[in-house]
Amino acid sequence: MESNSVAQQEHTEIVDQLGIRSLRPGRYFGSLPQYYVDRDHDKCIRCLVCVRQCSWDATFYDANRNIVYNKYENCVNCKRCVAMCPTQCIRIREWTDGFRDNDNWSDKNIRGIYKQADTGGVLLTGCGNDKEYSTYFDKIVLDASQVTNPSIDPLREPMELRSFIGRKPEKADSSRELSTKDYPNIVAEVPIIFAPMSFGSISYNFQEGLARAATNMGTYFNTGEGGLHPNFYKYGKRAIVQVASGRFGVSATYLKQAAAVEIKIGQGAKPGIGGHLPGEKVTAEISRTRMIPEGSDAISPAPQHDIYSIEDLRLLIYAIKEAVEYSVPVSVKIAAVHNVAAIASGIIRAGADIVVIDGFRGGTGAAPTIIRDNVGIPIEVALAQVDQRLRDEGIRHCGSIIAAGGIRSSADVVKAIALGADAVYIGTAALLAVGCTLCQQCHRGRCAWGITTNRPELLPRLPADFAEERLTNLLRGWSHEIQEMLGLMGLNSIESLRGNRLKLRGVGLTKYELDTLGIEQAGR
Amino acid sequence: MINMMNTERKQYVRRDPRYGKDISSCGIVGFINHDGKLTDGSYIRRAIANMHDRGNGLGGGFAAYGIYPEYAELYALHIMYDSKDDVQDVEKYLKEHLKIYHSEDIPIFETPKVPDYPYFRRYFVEPTEKHRKFQADDDYMVSIVMHINVHFEHAYIISSGKNMGVFKGVGFPEDLAEFFRLDEYEGYIWTAHNRFPTNTPGWWGGAHPFALLDWSIVHNGEISSYGTNRRYLEMFGYNCTLQTDTEVVAYLMDLLVRKHNLDFQAASAVLAPPFWKDIDSMSEERKNYYTQLRMIYGGAALNGPFAFLMAYSQGLIGLNDRIKLRPLVVAVNGQTTYMSSEEAAIREISPELEQIWAPRAGWPVIAKLNESPVIMSVE
Repeated sequence: MESNSVAQQEHTEIVDQLGIRSLRPGRYFGSLPQYYVDRDHDKCIRCLVCVRQCSWDATFYDANRNIVYNKYENCVNCKRCVAMCPTQCIRIREWTDGFRDNDNWSDKNIRGIYKQADTGGVLLTGCGNDKEYSTYFDKIVLDASQVTNPSIDPLREPMELRSFIGRKPEKADSSRELSTKDYPNIVAEVPIIFAPMSFGSISYNFQEGLARAATNMGTYFNTGEGGLHPNFYKYGKRAIVQVASGRFGVSATYLKQAAAVEIKIGQGAKPGIGGHLPGEKVTAEISRTRMIPEGSDAISPAPQHDIYSIEDLRLLIYAIKEAVEYSVPVSVKIAAVHNVAAIASGIIRAGADIVVIDGFRGGTGAAPTIIRDNVGIPIEVALAQVDQRLRDEGIRHCGSIIAAGGIRSSADVVKAIALGADAVYIGTAALLAVGCTLCQQCHRGRCAWGITTNRPELLPRLPADFAEERLTNLLRGWSHEIQEMLGLMGLNSIESLRGNRLKLRGVGLTKYELDTLGIEQAGR
Repeated sequence: MINMMNTERKQYVRRDPRYGKDISSCGIVGFINHDGKLTDGSYIRRAIANMHDRGNGLGGGFAAYGIYPEYAELYALHIMYDSKDDVQDVEKYLKEHLKIYHSEDIPIFETPKVPDYPYFRRYFVEPTEKHRKFQADDDYMVSIVMHINVHFEHAYIISSGKNMGVFKGVGFPEDLAEFFRLDEYEGYIWTAHNRFPTNTPGWWGGAHPFALLDWSIVHNGEISSYGTNRRYLEMFGYNCTLQTDTEVVAYLMDLLVRKHNLDFQAASAVLAPPFWKDIDSMSEERKNYYTQLRMIYGGAALNGPFAFLMAYSQGLIGLNDRIKLRPLVVAVNGQTTYMSSEEAAIREISPELEQIWAPRAGWPVIAKLNESPVIMSVE
């Protein structure tokens, strides 16, 4: 036994020195690599960019052998090294073709069990649900004008995207008095708003980029639950500020300088559970913004402990409205769950001006994988049901609907608006725009692209100017595409698309699915 | 009438009303005598016949105001039955809910040009005293119209105003004028429609004009925002049953003008809203006014190509879409204002004209009884 364990230790030391594998007794499979970094050593010039860029402890240089090597099990396939390599000598592949064929036990299940057996913990992840559920957006197609109504060329004719988000009166005052003065709305020139992403879960620079791009394009960004850094108060008129269960960074000033206030009840990636920003991530700046001591854990409880019922929610909505003197709309964000239509109706009746529905594809900075992948429902059906429910109850004008969680392209935006959304949130798309490769490691706080980290050495990788430019480009590109799609449908204003489900048809859906979405089969 | 029981005929094929939308592109013409002087139906028949080629024989229709002076204070219900199965039930329902002063078949002239047709009856009615206690007459009548159109499979109320009526069907309008014996009616406002439906077989209920209470609409174009407008109207209790996009306009006018008390200029700005680029350069007061209209009534804005004639007991309104994708000309001669898709149709019945012009996109032309026509601009 003794000799066996000594042999084991020696083996481990040798392997560690060689830098090949960080084997630990009993953890052979837990440390099984998922990715293989295929480096062409002939092309490699030993510039060591990849070594410096890797934030995952996966890339090393052995000076004795003059060779760059990897600890493959640490590679997350973020592709930072691939992108930075000046000689294009790196490619990342799957380590193997997987385990022995098994349609029931996926690699993901198997690896999950190994990891849990290693650690005894809850498996965490970042980004959105990546499982193979149907994406209804991909089974919906759009209509186009042919002959009987001319399509409209957005390069030659006005094509209006301006959207008012908030509660509206049922009718205008016939005496020409302004009937909307008690109905504060936010006005988005593009119906796309940056989703809630807190400073802490994302970098300081990225949040500044979001704020500036929103300003450039006349839309909004959402602070998430991490408060608003004092330096960003100047973007307040473009900020939707959150009040979440941790109440981080909430103060009268915070609420008053915002364009809208959002009460966060739930998140599509993790409905029903809270959040936890580990103390080591709570830097001086984050401590200042969240108004908590430096280095202390930032815990968001699962429920808001002053909201255990719809009547409690009403109290908070009106407490906020009183605090901001009814000058900005109040939004309530919930995850898309089975009974979402009734809940949304209650939220509007409780006094919210906006209800945000976050679908199960929505991203997260950190969530238990098991919850991210199995809880909640698709945004398409949730949205269709909420819109119809509010109409059936005659209260659709009392609140706007923002659809979030799963918007991947301008076509998804158009489909969501035709299903009934007033606007959409985009989170993952915004991350992708600044370099994210969806490696799903946001929860580890060492994002090699400098997006979901505030480590001083990684922060400069994403300068705010760069984020601003790319995010502005994304919104501009999508706006043009939305205008083209409106034009080809013979519409020149976004409000004529809103809830216009006749512009949608389903392909490959069952009758029951079509009915749930409120759309007709293609060809009919 | 003998043929009407054949429910398998295509004219009567109805689509699922939740999804149905018929597209049409057409010819329209109408006129109003500002002094309320009556003219018989031969004029409008000649005018619309002049635009024969704008239709394809799958639909035509007329609205006439001032035709029932002897029942001027009563609601005139024109009901189309595409099967006699429902006649008894509908009449029973009407008797229970309304005071019926007079009812009769709508007189027709059988002609080979209109081979198959449904059964038309008209009823001159008013709400009973009992119902008057609870609801305004107009609101009550709207609920009756909606109830019959939704709940009786074979009955459609095609017009329900006072001292007015709609006559419409499948065929060329000049043939339908003959069929409905329009030369025997006299009115101070007449509108007509020649239909070119393009994606479904025409059916009698889907022909223009569309009417609700006093309002009647003839429309050339397609309402691309129909899906939005229909769902907007459903919130206010209007159910679209006729599967043609134009139906929403009649209901929107009823909602905006009668229920929300908007003036015509405001209602027109709701239907064909000024562009934001124009609103943004207006004076503060006007800017706020138009902004709130667009904020509140986004779901009522009409998008797509259209030229409308909207008639009601006191006037005739012409309106084009915001980028004028359909023709509309307006002419004045003496005390009569004419509006038409083509000038030729107007010249056919009034060769001499004092003024003729093409109204600008989105600017309504409003011709009222006892007033001169007004062109409303948005600024």
